[in-house]
Amino acid sequence: MKRRFSAVAATLAILLAACSSANPSTPSAGASQPAASAGGATVNLTIESWRTDDIKIWQDKIIPAFQAKNPNIKVTFAPTKPDEYNGVLNTKLQGGQAGDLITCRPFDASLALFKAGNLASLNDLAGLKNFGDVAKSAWITDDGKDVFCVPMASVIHGFIYNKDAFDKLGVTSNPTTLAEFHALLDKIKADGKYTPLAMGTKEMWESATMGFQNIGPNYWKGEDGRKALIAGTAKFTDQPYVDTWKELASWKPYLPKGYEAIAYADAQQYFASGKAAMYPAGSWDIAYFESKGVKIGFFGPPLPKTGDTCYVSDHTDIALGMNAKTAHAAEAKTFLDWVASDEFAALYSNGLPGFYSLSNNPVKIDDAIAQQAVDLRKTCKSTIRDSYQILSRGTPNLENELWRVTAAVINGTLTPEKAGQEIQTGLDKWYKPAK
Amino acid sequence: MAALSHSAARRRRIPWHLVVFLGPSVLLYTAFLVFPLFDSLRLSLFGPGGGGLGVFVGLDNYVTLLTDSDWSPRFWGALQNNVVFFAIHMFVQNPIGLLLAVLLSTRVLRGRAVYRTLIFAPTVLSVVIIGFIWKLILSPLWGVAEGGLKAVGLGDLFGPWLGLQGPALVTIGLMSVWQYVGIPMLLFSAALLAIPDEIIEAARVDGAGPLRIFGRIQLPMIAPTVGIVAILTFVGNFNAFDLVYAVQGGLAGPEFSTDLLGTFFYRTFFGFQLQLGSPTMGATVAGMMFLIILLGVCLYLFGLQRRLTTYEA
Repeated sequence: MKRRFSAVAATLAILLAACSSANPSTPSAGASQPAASAGGATVNLTIESWRTDDIKIWQDKIIPAFQAKNPNIKVTFAPTKPDEYNGVLNTKLQGGQAGDLITCRPFDASLALFKAGNLASLNDLAGLKNFGDVAKSAWITDDGKDVFCVPMASVIHGFIYNKDAFDKLGVTSNPTTLAEFHALLDKIKADGKYTPLAMGTKEMWESATMGFQNIGPNYWKGEDGRKALIAGTAKFTDQPYVDTWKELASWKPYLPKGYEAIAYADAQQYFASGKAAMYPAGSWDIAYFESKGVKIGFFGPPLPKTGDTCYVSDHTDIALGMNAKTAHAAEAKTFLDWVASDEFAALYSNGLPGFYSLSNNPVKIDDAIAQQAVDLRKTCKSTIRDSYQILSRGTPNLENELWRVTAAVINGTLTPEKAGQEIQTGLDKWYKPAK
Repeated sequence: MAALSHSAARRRRIPWHLVVFLGPSVLLYTAFLVFPLFDSLRLSLFGPGGGGLGVFVGLDNYVTLLTDSDWSPRFWGALQNNVVFFAIHMFVQNPIGLLLAVLLSTRVLRGRAVYRTLIFAPTVLSVVIIGFIWKLILSPLWGVAEGGLKAVGLGDLFGPWLGLQGPALVTIGLMSVWQYVGIPMLLFSAALLAIPDEIIEAARVDGAGPLRIFGRIQLPMIAPTVGIVAILTFVGNFNAFDLVYAVQGGLAGPEFSTDLLGTFFYRTFFGFQLQLGSPTMGATVAGMMFLIILLGVCLYLFGLQRRLTTYEA
């Protein structure tokens, strides 16, 4: 119980820190100062990020490549746990402790940082010409005037399968329609050797991200459906969205036993251990499974009907911006310019297979499976997750609510229709579409 | 003679020794507890806007928290879960702690120090470790819980408890009981040791059995400790956050069924994933937690503690 008392004290201390920083802080101290490295002194830059998995590639490949050209700028990659990143970053920014470069979440989280004066505008950054409008769309003000982060990568959703399992079961072609997908699920289940789908609902975001946002775009026609939600002409209670949840609810018998208590890392390890045949995935999982020595393949989300246009979630996921209050603005911009270069795009896309550069100049990807996933861009129409732009600005937060209801739908504690109603009611409460 | 007049003179002067001894702790408590507490209460009266300083909104935040259709179900839900969490500790942890203390105070039991150390050991472990161990034990994929139950023929009882709305909170409550049961045990042990042996021996000579001795002598004499344990449990439970966060994450799933006031506060203040944190609403939740704990402690102090008789041994 003593620990809890100290927890109270810690909470209060944090409150104190937050309160004291509510005072108007000195406006962007140092941002306009001349570069400290003019005389050749070494400058340290720190990168804030949530990509703890990527420490090695940053330290061994990306940063050395940059420093080979800029020996005066020393860069440190300092990530925080993904689910704590936003909170920790906000606290650090308020306390003036945040790093010089800030990894940007897409859309509203970063937009809020820009509006609060924490991220600098990058309009004068020469490297931004390498990116198209879609790439920049996640890190631009609503009026399109200010870009505040350099797009780094997008991630693609689909399904990863275990090649050995498919071979043993005699599966020769990947399912392209939901009918084929379900026939395959039934076949794997009847065989009994493998769990058909490796996914859990405990952490909830897998259900929403690898379930709802993965297969959903085929139902709501990608960008059309996403933009209709923003315009207010479509509602989550409409057929396409409810049907997505209905499909997810039908996955229940194919998930591992006790999936309600299976977390993301559990499901990953379960699939990596070869016990499951398929895995609803994000392309970032490819590198992990390959590192575990699993022979895998990738296929896009199955279509509701044969002959439909296919849509793929090609989500603009990660970018890099500059702390508006950094003391080394010139050096930070040098680094950002380099992040916008083809050299970085090639290093990043190949160092982290499954993260695809958003640059206009195509990057050759050495990893065959990662290439398979990105090839979906050629055959299907790209879209992004429908809860990220504009719609997650209010309370209740749409993205968090989607996690909750989608997990509940798969758990069988909420009907798809009820899920749609709850989401729409929450959204209607604060969101008024522009007329 | 000189000593007498000296002490008489001292009585009239400022009691400097009191100032010196109390000063440091008063200063530290004021700077790090009292001031932040009141400042966060002040913050809860402000709303967003006004260029970083916030706009004074009076009690609006509290009204929103208690009546708004988004905030109030979360708040009442968290409060209700917290009451259940507290009840689990009161009716499981503390009786077991008392039972263990009584068992460990009997002279016939061998290796008492070993038991005491073992039972107390989880208390000093990090909550993150406790959460991780229990998640592994209860994992439907590789946990030992299912195998263990099967071995005694109860395999059907196993479920993915942490993922089910009903059992999740109880499961986490029991994890916490497992971790902290050593604290009431130690407090009760200390109180039981303070009872003079003569009284118990006299009772035994008078023909009282162990149960009667416990009910008529030991329990009344440790009553103040029971009260203290209850209030410590209350304050601890209504501030609880870490175990739920370590085991279930910030959304306290499934469907907020393990959401405590602490996790609700965390989500509100710091934000979660795309949800941005709101310092003012967070302070409001913290303010409600403060009021609830204050109310509980006052009830104890003025309602209960004064009625307890302390037997001086």
